[in-house]
Amino acid sequence: MNKTDALIIGAGPTGLFTAHQLKLIGLNCEIVDNLDKIGGQCIELYPDKPIYDIPAVPECTGEELTNNLINQIKPFNIKFHLSERVDEVKKEGGNWIVKTNNGTIFQTPNVIIAGGVGSFEPRKFPVKECEKFENKSVFYSIRDKNIFKGKTVTIFGGGDSALDWAVELSKNSNVNLVHRRDDFRGAQATVDKVHELAKEGKINLYTKYQMTLIEGEKQLESIDIKSDDKDVKTLKTDYALGFFGLIMQLGPIANWGLNIDKKTIEVDTEKFETNQKGIYAVGDICTYPGKLKLILSGFHEGALAARACFKLARPNEKYRFEFTTSSKTIKDRLGVKSD
Amino acid sequence: MTKITYITHDNKNHTIDVQNGLTVMEGAVQNDIPGIDADCGGGMACATCHVYVNEGWFDKLPFKEDGEEDMLDMAFEPKKNSRLSCQIIVSDDLDGLIVNIPSKQG
Repeated sequence: MNKTDALIIGAGPTGLFTAHQLKLIGLNCEIVDNLDKIGGQCIELYPDKPIYDIPAVPECTGEELTNNLINQIKPFNIKFHLSERVDEVKKEGGNWIVKTNNGTIFQTPNVIIAGGVGSFEPRKFPVKECEKFENKSVFYSIRDKNIFKGKTVTIFGGGDSALDWAVELSKNSNVNLVHRRDDFRGAQATVDKVHELAKEGKINLYTKYQMTLIEGEKQLESIDIKSDDKDVKTLKTDYALGFFGLIMQLGPIANWGLNIDKKTIEVDTEKFETNQKGIYAVGDICTYPGKLKLILSGFHEGALAARACFKLARPNEKYRFEFTTSSKTIKDRLGVKSD
Repeated sequence: MTKITYITHDNKNHTIDVQNGLTVMEGAVQNDIPGIDADCGGGMACATCHVYVNEGWFDKLPFKEDGEEDMLDMAFEPKKNSRLSCQIIVSDDLDGLIVNIPSKQG
C-alpha cells in the first residue's frame, strides 16, 4: 500500500504542474498514467506541433513543454506509475483507496483527476467478433514475440508499429500485412524494407484491403479482407495484430460516482472539487461555467486544487501562503540557495 | 451562413446553419450533434471527427492536406469518401453539404 497526501491521475501538463504545486506547499504526491511515457496528449498527439499560448513562452512544441515541466519538478523526485490505469476508487474512512490495473494500491485523502479526455487505449478492429479472440489470438500490442514463431500472423496498419513488426516477425513467421491504402505513413526506410521483403515473398502485402470478418471456433482460423473494389480474400491465420494508434477513453472514471457531463467532470471553481469530497478534477477533463480547454487554465486549476488538498492531508496545520521569490521553506524544498 | 446536413448513425437528419469560416466539426460540436468526438479539438491529431462525405460532394471539397490521410488510417471503418470534419472549412460553396457520421469514432 502506497500512502500519499495526493494521488494525481494523468501525467500531462496539468498533472505535472499540479504535482509541482503540491510539492511546493509541502505535500507528497504520486502520479499514475496509462501511457508508457510522461506528457499526455502533448507527447502522444502533438509532440512536434508548436503551442503559442503558454504564458511567457512565445512558442514551444508539445515535447518542449513536457520537458520543461519535467525539469521544473525535478527537485521533488516524484514517483511515477506509468503504463498503469486507475480502475477503482473507493472510500475508506477519511481516505480513498485507489487500485490500478497492475494491482498497485494507494491510500490517500486526495485524488486529483488530470485525465485530459481520458486514458489512451489502443484502437481496436471495427469487426465486433474480434473481442472473442482478444489477448488470445488478436492483439493490439506485443508482449512476447516468441509466440508467433512458425505461425501465420496477419498485421493491420500502415504506421511504424505495423511496419516494424511486419519486418521483425517476417524472420520467423509467415506474415500478411494488410493496409487500407497504397501509401504507408511509417519511416521511409521501413517502408522500403517492407516492399523489398514483399518482393522476396517474405511478406504478403495486401493494400487497399480492410478486415470484414473474423472466424474460428476456439482458435482464430481465418480472416476475410475486402478491397475497395469489393474483392474478398480469405486469409488463413493464427494471429491478427492491429496497429491503429491510440484513442482516448474515459474508461473506469465513469463508475466512480462523479457528476459527468459530456465526458467531463463537474467541479466547483474554488477547489476544483467534484461532488465527492477529496476528489478533484483539473485540466481538460473538468467542466464549470466558463471553462476554457487551455493548458494555462489547467495550471490555475491545479494550483487551487493543491491548496484544497492541504486541508485534508494536514487537518491540524494551517496553510500558509508564500511566494517562491521570498520563502526560505520553499527554497529549501526546491533545493535552491536562499539569499 | 451555410446549410450543412449531418446524418447520424440512427439515420436522423440534422440540418444546421453553420457560420462560414468554422469547420464542419465545429458546426457539429457547437450544435450538440452526437457522434463527433473531436478529442484533440481540431488539431488533426486524433481522427475522432471522422465523417463520410455524401457522394457528389466529395470531389467538390478542397483536397486533403498532408497528414489527413495518415490520420484517417486510424479512423473507425474508413472508406473512400472519409474525411476528418475538422479539416473541412465551411463556405458558401458548401451550401447543402451532406455528411454521414459513423457508428463510432473508435
